[in-house]
Amino acid sequence: MRRPLLGVAGLLILVAVVELLPRLGLVDTRFLPPFSSMVSALGDEAGTGGFWTALAQTLRGWAIGLAVAVLAGVAAGIVIGGVPFLRAVTATTIEFLRPIPSVALIPLVVLLYGSRPQSALVLVVYAAFWQVLVQVLYGVADVDPVVRDTARSFRFSRWAVVRRVVWPTAMPYVVTGVRLAAAVALILQITAELVIGVPGLGRSIGVAQSSGAVADTYALVIVVGLIGVAVNASARAVERRALRWHTSVRRDL
Amino acid sequence: MKRIGLPVVLVALWWAASAGSTSFFWPPLPAIVAAVPSTWTGDFWLHDVVPSVVRLLIGFFLALFLGVAAGVALGTFRTVFFMAEPVLEFFRALPPPVLIPIIALVAGYTGWTAKVVTITLGCLWPVLLNTIEGVRSVDEVARETARSYHIAPLKVIVPSAGPRIATGARQALSVGVILMVISELFGANRGLGAAVVQFQRGFAVPQMWTGIILLGLLGVALSGLFQLVERHTLAWYHGWRRAEREG
Repeated sequence: MRRPLLGVAGLLILVAVVELLPRLGLVDTRFLPPFSSMVSALGDEAGTGGFWTALAQTLRGWAIGLAVAVLAGVAAGIVIGGVPFLRAVTATTIEFLRPIPSVALIPLVVLLYGSRPQSALVLVVYAAFWQVLVQVLYGVADVDPVVRDTARSFRFSRWAVVRRVVWPTAMPYVVTGVRLAAAVALILQITAELVIGVPGLGRSIGVAQSSGAVADTYALVIVVGLIGVAVNASARAVERRALRWHTSVRRDL
Repeated sequence: MKRIGLPVVLVALWWAASAGSTSFFWPPLPAIVAAVPSTWTGDFWLHDVVPSVVRLLIGFFLALFLGVAAGVALGTFRTVFFMAEPVLEFFRALPPPVLIPIIALVAGYTGWTAKVVTITLGCLWPVLLNTIEGVRSVDEVARETARSYHIAPLKVIVPSAGPRIATGARQALSVGVILMVISELFGANRGLGAAVVQFQRGFAVPQMWTGIILLGLLGVALSGLFQLVERHTLAWYHGWRRAEREG
């Protein structure tokens, strides 16, 4: 009971500091407006259609990119992980491709797609794909050989082995991969909007900043941060729900 | 042989697939390679690549130092941690590139300071949060024992949080590389990221590709270097894990 209360107290202290620093003249309001004016700027924003369109564009880009990356990552991971030859051959290549920063692709996507949503999609998928793939590979490697051989002795078809043996074992890893990928996908979506000008909240932030709308800039940054918090929290909730049966989540053991 | 086989095959495939390419965006690999000597000149290394990497390293190590220091403090004092938790959650979830407009508001976005601050702030959260987790999971008995023997608490806390700090540092490094590139795209600038975008704006496509390849190689080199350092400093941890697994 103490813990949530202390957390609320911490948040209130932060809000109070942000409100008082500019009000007392300790910080220039052009750099940091009082919290109340950020809130009223957010209220004004919420009254415009542009804000909601941008929000929807950001969320749609994030969701599509994440979905593509998860599907591709899971499919590639199960195929690569299930075939020892492929796993051995691709190991170094994956280690090599993964650390390539996705932002290195920014100039290329700008040439190819300009500031259309496809630019963001490529960056989001590239960055999120590796998070999923690596986790799925760990998961597939974790399959108990005895269980796998037992399934084979019972003449499970290849598909049945994937469905009944590999998938349940890899599932916790997949969910972890999705959780990591969800956060990374949001970062790249916002980056693409901010840097390339793909329509969405990131671009709105850039526009607000360069037109000197200080309170609006802060308000939009807060919105993006809250989206991030929501993404993390819902990913964790999905993790708990999808893995109800798993020992890492169950409490009744 | 097997280890380097596929990368070699992939490069060969790229070479073959792009051989007769007349597409403007996908020049033949030989054309890209031919552009390397005239692009990666001494001036390019001295005024673009090295400053970028130096900024990245300054920002990263600053974040590592601040993150571990603050993480040990927050991990030790529970009340303070509980108070700070939601605030930290918020900053962790904030996509780091949105820091750039904020920093641009406060300090303007020119020169080294703004870029280094961007990198530091972005790298800080993964280090900080992982350090807190690591410190909070330090073995209670070890901590008490150290206290009884008058061993400085830090001598117990920092090593046992080490593996978590390394996890945080690895995440921070990849965020740092992203911010190194993006921070150079605001305002008139030099740097590796800025150079690649300059090539793109000038439609110097083969040169742009050399830049993309160099950025990729930089990412790979940094992660390789990190693994090397981690394996060395956490040798005790990896050895202990191996012993546990083998029972």
